[in-house]
Amino acid sequence: MQIKSPEFKDNARIALQDVNLQKALGNLKAGFPVKRANAVERMPEFEDLRDEARDLKNHILENLDVYLEQFESKVVENGGHVHWARTSDDACKTILDICKQVGAKTVTKGKSMVSEEVNLNEYLEKNGVQPVETDLGEYILQLREDHPSHIIAPAIHLNLEDVSEAFHKHHNRPKSDDPAVLMQEAREMLRKQFVAADVGITGANFCVAETGSTIIVTNEGNGDLTQTLPKTHIVITSIEKVVPTLEDMSLFLRLLARSATGQEFTVYNTLSTGPRREGDQDGPENFHVVLVDNGRSEMVGTELQDMLRCIRCSACMNHCPVYGAVGGHSYGWVYPGPMGSVLTPQMIGIENAGLLPNASTFCGKCESVCPVRIPLPKLMRHWRENEFEKHLSPKAVRWGISGWGFFAKRPALYRWVSRSSAWFMNKLAGKKGRISRLPLAGGWTDWRDMPAPEGQTFMDQWKQGKR
Amino acid sequence: MSKAEILGNIRRGLGRGEPTAQQRSAAESRLAAKADNLIPKRGQLPHDEQVKLFKDMAIEAAAEIIELDSTSEVPMAVSEWLHKMNIRELVSASNAELTEMDWSALGDIQRVERVAQVGDMASITSSFAGIAETGTLMLHSGSESPTTLNFLPDVHMVVLHKSTIVGPYEDAWKKLRAAHGGKMPRTVNMITGPSRSADIEQKLQMGAHGPRTLVILLIND
Amino acid sequence: MPNAEHTPRVGLFVTCLADMFRPTVAFATVRLLEQAGCTVEVPEKQTCCGQPAFNSGDRNTTRDIAKMTIEAFDGYEYVVGPSGSCIGMLHYYADLFDDNDPWKKRAEDLKARSFEITSFLVDVIGFDQIKAAFDGTITYHDSCSGLRQLGIKQQPRKLLGKVDNLELAEMEEAETCCGFGGTFCVKYPDISNRMVANKTENTSASGADTLVGGDLGCLLNMAGKLKREGKSIEARHVVEILAGMLDQPAIGEADAKRYELAKQV
Ligand code: SF4
Repeated sequence: MQIKSPEFKDNARIALQDVNLQKALGNLKAGFPVKRANAVERMPEFEDLRDEARDLKNHILENLDVYLEQFESKVVENGGHVHWARTSDDACKTILDICKQVGAKTVTKGKSMVSEEVNLNEYLEKNGVQPVETDLGEYILQLREDHPSHIIAPAIHLNLEDVSEAFHKHHNRPKSDDPAVLMQEAREMLRKQFVAADVGITGANFCVAETGSTIIVTNEGNGDLTQTLPKTHIVITSIEKVVPTLEDMSLFLRLLARSATGQEFTVYNTLSTGPRREGDQDGPENFHVVLVDNGRSEMVGTELQDMLRCIRCSACMNHCPVYGAVGGHSYGWVYPGPMGSVLTPQMIGIENAGLLPNASTFCGKCESVCPVRIPLPKLMRHWRENEFEKHLSPKAVRWGISGWGFFAKRPALYRWVSRSSAWFMNKLAGKKGRISRLPLAGGWTDWRDMPAPEGQTFMDQWKQGKR
Repeated sequence: MSKAEILGNIRRGLGRGEPTAQQRSAAESRLAAKADNLIPKRGQLPHDEQVKLFKDMAIEAAAEIIELDSTSEVPMAVSEWLHKMNIRELVSASNAELTEMDWSALGDIQRVERVAQVGDMASITSSFAGIAETGTLMLHSGSESPTTLNFLPDVHMVVLHKSTIVGPYEDAWKKLRAAHGGKMPRTVNMITGPSRSADIEQKLQMGAHGPRTLVILLIND
Repeated sequence: MPNAEHTPRVGLFVTCLADMFRPTVAFATVRLLEQAGCTVEVPEKQTCCGQPAFNSGDRNTTRDIAKMTIEAFDGYEYVVGPSGSCIGMLHYYADLFDDNDPWKKRAEDLKARSFEITSFLVDVIGFDQIKAAFDGTITYHDSCSGLRQLGIKQQPRKLLGKVDNLELAEMEEAETCCGFGGTFCVKYPDISNRMVANKTENTSASGADTLVGGDLGCLLNMAGKLKREGKSIEARHVVEILAGMLDQPAIGEADAKRYELAKQV
């Protein structure tokens, strides 16, 4: 996927003026947050579960190498293969190789953000293998040559009309604006693909070290058809997804659906362990797991390690006022919202993604809903510090802050500046009590008035004995 | 090569080399213990309340429940349901519980034992357990229970015995380990209601790619 | 609890915005603290809590400001300020220093002593003898740091409940950020504008005639937007109402008295 994060500000401005997008984003606001709140209310232990999940993830990360090796040995013991991919390129090559070995022409795909991260579809297509997305949202996007704007509701930026048009164009059927009819159409179209595919690629929400199992969590059942019907099942996932035992996985499952869609449980939670067994009448004959790193291993032992707790539930973006205003595409890469503002700089470089961790008011809503209690604002601040240290922040910001800092460290001077500004702005406002245009503060006064200071500073009045 | 690099990075981050036996022990004891984490109260109810919770949660998830007094009533119930829906074919798993039933009640409905194919209208399978806390069925693959039966047909009918309903997920895993000597079946499905999607404008539609209808035949054993 | 033998000595953290924009907020805070039986002092060495530097990634400047502030408030039993955000920043100081740095202990000590005004009154000294009246319906905006970092939600409402005649009409999404975010509002003006516009819309829909909050940054932002939109809703800091200091026109409002005077002349 082309990186558009450096244009975040332009993307955001356009998004804010896009009437259709704003309408679609309205659906998000009224949906997920309300449903999550209901689900949380029905689970009195929810906050305790979050604590346990945070602690367990921390334990996993402290022992990540041990659990990964254990997972690998269990997959192998069950007749599967594990491939380690340091980079996106490694991951794509590995998967293409497997496809070539089995002579694959088409592959069906369940929803996988890691596959978006490594840009798998484009790579496969370029090399003569046709990927077919089977998740309804992803399917719509593939028809429209579009990308996900949300990690669990990929087509959230589209309206019914967009889907109806895309289907009409590609399905050769009369145009419909009934979501039920559209879904039926997709169901019929994809049935053929499920059966015809040579390889099925899915992601994994968790990898269980105890058993060597991977699990996918879906509502549609597309992932299950993707992984059951073709001869080869490839799981593309990332190294931080490993969990010790089935019991441990259950802890995260209790949090995942509730945090994500507000469901009590997702419809299909499916574990895969190795290829089909002797005597099985269906299921894949080959089972491969591709463990993608892509910068994650470097996060271990740093302040960013906390981010590796993420279970990709999307609660942070569902509740983020910035995401809610500009939508996922504005972020310009695969992962949007608060979690993306932390992960993206790690994956595409802070020099490309510097605007993202800055695009936050640090309102803290994301952290307050994150099921594994990731301190997202703190991690965004980490990137701002990194930028500042590397002299990547815009000059205006650097000079502004050092200039301001010079005064802020000197109370007497600071007093003088406050006193003069208060006086000046008060005069500027005159009797109106507010200023509608202020030099050097266009960012403020383009959109709102600047309330005027009362006139004298508190410190001066206090010293004069006013009480 | 990737593997060595990745593990190397992780170990560097953790401030150690390859873990010593002592350093492995925390992870190993966790793997061995398979201990429960916090289990919500609703997963710890007495059995009769678990059954009630299972039913409530499954219905909330849009599953249909038909309660029966014994497995011998299954064929008749299935027959009535399929006739009502005008379905004349039933693809069945071939495990003993199902093959040993007297299916004559099906009448003109044809029952075949095979994997599912595109176009199949209805399937019937047994289940391994019911999980009360969310009204979830647990099924797994095996030579007599192909996984496609759970996903391809429009209607999935599942036989569930009340005695196999457990409170939390954890108890289902323990039951599964006990039944399979600790080795996982190829596929384990946890199913909570029929297939659905809200990918178009966040409006929920039932029957995306999996079954549109999930019928639980709950046996009072 | 203050009593005959013990009057807590409180250092007022004025906050730079109250100092420059709205001294009334600081005076009202002093009045409330005194009503609650505290002696209030205003240390000279304070400026700003350092948040602009902290949130811009300038750790060194932040650390210097933190040290200065820690020293300024040495020895006070409590440090109280009219802002969840600035007091929240004081709480972050401890994260700026390494474990073996002696400043860390001092920062933690400051954290343990510093409180936002409404939570200080309610949670720390249990004061609720509010003597004020307000004729009107207010709606309350929960500012982010106060709400999520310091757990301030019921405290201002509890105190406002003691104000004669005052009615509270809660708005939708009272807990959603107003889009101020310090430098955010000038770095990302379009997004900030959308957020504050949502806020003023919810404010209007509540039917209240006064918008009240506990943080001047947010209040300047919201008041500025309300005025730009030509709305008649006024904005005030919660302490102005609690201390009954309503002489000063509401935030961003014209000074009616000065108007009158000007007309006479
Ligand atoms: S950061 Fe937290 S809230 Fe956001 S997707 Fe990850 S787990 Fe969910």
